[in-house]
Amino acid sequence: MSETMPAVDSTLPYNDVVPGAVIGQDGETLIVAREKWPELARYLRDKEGYDYLSSVTGVDNLTHPKRKDVERFEVVYHLYSIQRGGGPLVIKVRAPEEDPEVPSVVSIWPGADFQEREIWDLFGIRFPGHPNLRRILLWEGFHGHPLRKDWKEAYYEEEKKPFGSRWPKGDYPREKMRLPWQEERAIWQDNVVYPTDFAPDTWQPPEITYHFGLDLYRELEGLKTDRIIVNMGPQHPSTHGVFRMVIALEGETIVGLEPEMGYLHRNHEKIGERNTYLMNIPYTDRLDYICSMSNNLGYVLAVEKLLGDVEVPERAHYLRVIMAEFTRIVNHMWAIGFLLNDLGAFFTPALYAIEERELILDLFEAASGARMMCNYMRPGGVARDVPEGWLDQARKLVNERLPRAIDELDRYLSENEILLARTKGVGYLSPEDAIAYSTSGPVLRGSGVPYDVRKAEPYSIYDRFDFDVVTEEGGDVYARYMVRIREMRESVRILKQALRDIPEGPVMPPGKQKYSFRVPPGEVYQRIEAPKGELGFYLVSDGSPNPYRYHVRAPSFINLTALGPMCVGYKVADAVAVLGSIDIVLGETDR
Amino acid sequence: MFGKGILRGLGITARHLLETYIDDVKRIPSRYAYDRRLIKQPVEERGIFTIQYPEEKRVLPENFRYIPMLIFDDTTGEDRCTSCGICAKVCPPQCIWILREEDEKGKPIPRPAEFYIDISICMGCGFCAEFCPFDAIKMNHDYEIAVYRRFPDLVLNKDELSVPASYYAQLYPTAWAEEEKRREEERKKKEARAKAAAARKALAAKKKAASQKAEAQDGETS
Repeated sequence: MSETMPAVDSTLPYNDVVPGAVIGQDGETLIVAREKWPELARYLRDKEGYDYLSSVTGVDNLTHPKRKDVERFEVVYHLYSIQRGGGPLVIKVRAPEEDPEVPSVVSIWPGADFQEREIWDLFGIRFPGHPNLRRILLWEGFHGHPLRKDWKEAYYEEEKKPFGSRWPKGDYPREKMRLPWQEERAIWQDNVVYPTDFAPDTWQPPEITYHFGLDLYRELEGLKTDRIIVNMGPQHPSTHGVFRMVIALEGETIVGLEPEMGYLHRNHEKIGERNTYLMNIPYTDRLDYICSMSNNLGYVLAVEKLLGDVEVPERAHYLRVIMAEFTRIVNHMWAIGFLLNDLGAFFTPALYAIEERELILDLFEAASGARMMCNYMRPGGVARDVPEGWLDQARKLVNERLPRAIDELDRYLSENEILLARTKGVGYLSPEDAIAYSTSGPVLRGSGVPYDVRKAEPYSIYDRFDFDVVTEEGGDVYARYMVRIREMRESVRILKQALRDIPEGPVMPPGKQKYSFRVPPGEVYQRIEAPKGELGFYLVSDGSPNPYRYHVRAPSFINLTALGPMCVGYKVADAVAVLGSIDIVLGETDR
Repeated sequence: MFGKGILRGLGITARHLLETYIDDVKRIPSRYAYDRRLIKQPVEERGIFTIQYPEEKRVLPENFRYIPMLIFDDTTGEDRCTSCGICAKVCPPQCIWILREEDEKGKPIPRPAEFYIDISICMGCGFCAEFCPFDAIKMNHDYEIAVYRRFPDLVLNKDELSVPASYYAQLYPTAWAEEEKRREEERKKKEARAKAAAARKALAAKKKAASQKAEAQDGETS
């Protein structure tokens, strides 16, 4: 790369401050020389105010028809400014195949930590300077890097869906069913590749060095203790799924915490690249399965942005907002209920909280056909109009029942002395750290940072509604709890306005809906304020009916970056409360 | 006062208990008195929010979807499916296998010879029903499909998937009414078109005859 570097081009931005850093421009995207990237990154953070690293992801250009002459790997950064709001600054740093290395920016934006590890894991791009560069979603002995375009998964059938074997000669191979082993019966055969030197009998798992925040270690007074390591999880009721926290303890005080995830990993992104654009919608339901409507919304907005000229009917816009805000209430009810569960108030608050969820899910089911895996939105609108009487039911719920339920929950819990004792001052995250660790949603706003994508970069029709961005100054578990309670009230406010103003009319643009459509070449990053935080979809199209690259910026995955720093110094029982206050869903964390 | 918050919270728990109790007393005879009852929870519901499945079941909305079913005509017994393959192409997990029927020369006949759905792969998204241009595949409401073996019990073939159109009409009354209306309109349009075509043909024939006659007359006069 350095040998082909052209002379410093002063027409490109930032070359006056960091000469030779920006080597090209592709639309709004800046292409940065990799050896100059940390220097430029520091400048962008300190002088230009790009303090929030929203998303880091990789792209493998191997089979992209229009990128034959560029280096094989690129790392894409989406930077935002919390102060200014507005759109992103997109940075691309490229690396050739024989030397896939990009300098780490963890020291500049600590929020890049897990994301760079994910890129190493799935693309095999190394990040020199990263303090703990090891696999994050897959196990240490895994062969290959699955998101590379030349990597094929087990039971690989074809590069792209739809598969040719299904029609018109789709004879299900029934004779295979008589075979004794499940693996042999699998109709796709298997192409599992093991490392060449892999010997299952002698294989030892690689040594894992856990990186603990030792600089945050607070000196304990008096008691002399031994340091012990406790594995919390993968099977633990507080982890809301299969998730492990490796905790180093001095007595009962946490001195280091390392989250281990990936138990639910299914390579959502690889599946997404095999799928057509339409097929991905039901798969997004399975990301954060509590909030499938929000995931649908984020994804279809991204596809619409790529398509360019999609006219979404007014009624569909309103229906989308109504569904998304109902989802927020569902999620926050769930989060609060299960936070209380984690604190030991076993299931009474949780059941009271999810009563309202039950009624909202009934509405989802009547509209979309499923309570949780809604698959309701389509590029261009929504799948079908709501049935008769649905809006009246929703109005009744929003005007009478939900405000009462939220007030009741507030009265029930917010001043409870036990809750206060367990949550106040626990898991403190300063506003600066919250931004640096790229946290989003209630975690960020619970630290007093008034940042909400609905206001900062309005999408859909959120600019028409009157609502406030909720913040709490505490930065602790209680503040995050309070943000959720108050955000539900704001959601009710939006819902009231949306249900008042929703017009009659179609819900899809005119014309027959196509089951497969081509998308013009390009790339987009679309983010929405999902209930758990900033949910982003990064799509690269090469003009075919299948996305070339599909990346999900999952809020519960990136919010976990701050888990370690939040827990250090508190008691081991508080780790459970802190994890509960981040509100993770493993379907999204592990993807 | 320390403990005020706890007491207030306990008051709410007590109220919930009372509401559940009153709700239960209101349902006399007991809600469990009959074998099976369908429950629909109105928005005003207070008290208990659980359903005693399988003694009680929820009322399913019309749009409810579970796994696909294939529809055949009640009277003629013919499949609506023309094996066009759109469902197999749009299926996200690719769980539909269609074998198109062919005559002895290998020319395709628009009818499925076999139709398999591996419902252990099916994700219940409903795309097949949504995009089928012939209303031949719809989503079933029957969710009690547990079996002992994955193979071959969860691979449904055409016979196992087929249901009569009347079953579909009973599950989806609104959608059925709309479809019937549309089919009626299409039939009328087709008839009208046929009529118009016939009329046009007749007119053309008449004109032709007239012109021939005129030509003949011309010929005679010249």
